[in-house]
Amino acid sequence: MELISPTDFAKEKVQSVQEYAMLAARSIGNLFKRPLYFADMIQQADLIGFGSLPIVVLTGFFTGGALAQNSGDTLRRFGSLTLIGQLVSLGMVRELGPVITGLMVAGRNASGMASELGSMVVTEQIDAMRALGTDPMKKLVTPRVVSTVTMLFFLTIISDAFGIAGGGVASSLFFGVDAHQYWSTAWQILVFQDVFTGLAKPILFGFIIATIGCYYGISARGGTQGVGRATTQAVVAASILIIMVDFFVTRFTMTLFSH
Amino acid sequence: MASPPAVAEQRAQDSQAHPRFAVEFHDVSIAFEDRQVLDGISFQLRHGETKAIFGVAGSGKSTVLKLALGLIRPDAGRIHVLGEDITRMREDDLFELRRRVGIVFQESALFDSLTVRENVAFRLLEEANVAEDEVEKRVREALSFVELEHTIDLFPSELSGGMRRRVAIARTIITHPEVLLYDSPTGGLDPVTSNTIIELVVKQRDVYQTSSLLVTHRLQDAFTMGTHYFDRGENKMKPLPPGSRAKVPMCFLILRDGRIIFDGDLPSLRETKDEYIREYIS
Ligand SMILES: Nc1ncnc2c1ncn2[C@@H]1O[C@H](COP(=O)(O)OP(=O)(O)OP(=O)(O)O)[C@@H](O)[C@H]1O
Ligand SMILES: [Mg+2]
Repeated sequence: MELISPTDFAKEKVQSVQEYAMLAARSIGNLFKRPLYFADMIQQADLIGFGSLPIVVLTGFFTGGALAQNSGDTLRRFGSLTLIGQLVSLGMVRELGPVITGLMVAGRNASGMASELGSMVVTEQIDAMRALGTDPMKKLVTPRVVSTVTMLFFLTIISDAFGIAGGGVASSLFFGVDAHQYWSTAWQILVFQDVFTGLAKPILFGFIIATIGCYYGISARGGTQGVGRATTQAVVAASILIIMVDFFVTRFTMTLFSH
Repeated sequence: MASPPAVAEQRAQDSQAHPRFAVEFHDVSIAFEDRQVLDGISFQLRHGETKAIFGVAGSGKSTVLKLALGLIRPDAGRIHVLGEDITRMREDDLFELRRRVGIVFQESALFDSLTVRENVAFRLLEEANVAEDEVEKRVREALSFVELEHTIDLFPSELSGGMRRRVAIARTIITHPEVLLYDSPTGGLDPVTSNTIIELVVKQRDVYQTSSLLVTHRLQDAFTMGTHYFDRGENKMKPLPPGSRAKVPMCFLILRDGRIIFDGDLPSLRETKDEYIREYIS
């Protein structure tokens, strides 16, 4: 392996961050410029939204179920099993729904975008597009960002709903909690702050998934192996960023609503 | 086709209004990772002229074409395309200019998830205000130009290398760009297919008066282009009558070690004394 000096390494990293920031900024800036590729947005939305539906439903349901089992066990020791609906509902809406959905979609779509765009780079298709007078940022990146943000928003709501349902099923199966009581407490506990936190997250996560996926794809170098590397890196980077951003958003909204 | 004469006439009028050259390089240099690929090259491409670029593998031929389209930027020097200085242009403005210039990449670079129809129609669909049946008509027209109308519903992966090259040509010429850049259009093809492609290039030059830069490894192809013209009546390429003074707008440029060692027409190429060139063309 070639050794590179620490300064070169640092410079390279700073440059990548800079390039990523440029791409992210332009993906939004292009929303206000013609042409807007509406057909491409619909196509991507279909790919991301409906394609991810089964995994989001399944992971949501079982995560909610597992959460209910863990909380139920603890709550029973303190004799407050009635709180189970509230715990599952808050946990899903504020935290697990957005994060699980984000991670699932990152695994599925950040990798898809990186490999698709990466292949286009190494086969000169991106250059061909530029040569034909079309801006790949507008035609490829912006539609992916818009579709991922929109779709992740709705997918998260679906995941939340199935998570609470999964929690309900687990509560009545394993702890004999009354289904009606579960649902009414699960529903009543939610206030604006929770819903706001829970829905702000997928917007940020969707933006992270699409821009990271596109960035690693566009900057892929070195043939098919390079594309493979870009794909893996995109999923890793998007997942780590989602979890880190989640931490800060949680902190931020808590301070925001603490008064 | 009804359009060629009209296009050609209009082109002739336009070029009077335009500056003298379609493409102009001034002292252009570029290096990749410490390797100086082009070292201060200057040349001009006149309107309506075709210039063949030779050089051994890795001598920077593809780089010249990519520079001419602003896909990469030079380290030093100026490049003018259709009278505009592209070295200082913003990428956004370059997109406008690129609509007037076409390139056929060495590896075709077709969009592999689009059909031949969608590939060829790409430019028209991007222009948004072209009606659907007009698009279809012009796609078929461009494909019949390269004799590939029957492949319209196939995907690029279902075509042979030579067919892909021709589809790439159709995709590029559909909007009749004023300047065409061909990167090794005959590379790795059999003589029959090569000849079809050479005929297409000659047709573009003589029927549409397109200015072009053509990279090639095969000297034979360039000689053919220098000694043949396109006969519109018979719709095929024919040799210039021997002994006549007729000339076609064709010239040659040879790159070596980052510099231009020859830039001129066919007679002067034949008469050159340079050892390297003599060896190259023999
Ligand atoms: N993007 C790039 N990054 C690094 N080096 C490059 C890049 N593009 C070209 N080069 C280098 O520039 C030199 C010229 O490349 P170019 O593709 O222009 O050659 P060419 O004359 O077209 O060769 P061929 O006849 O094989 O097509 C080569 O040494 C190549 O390694
Ligand atoms: Mg080349």
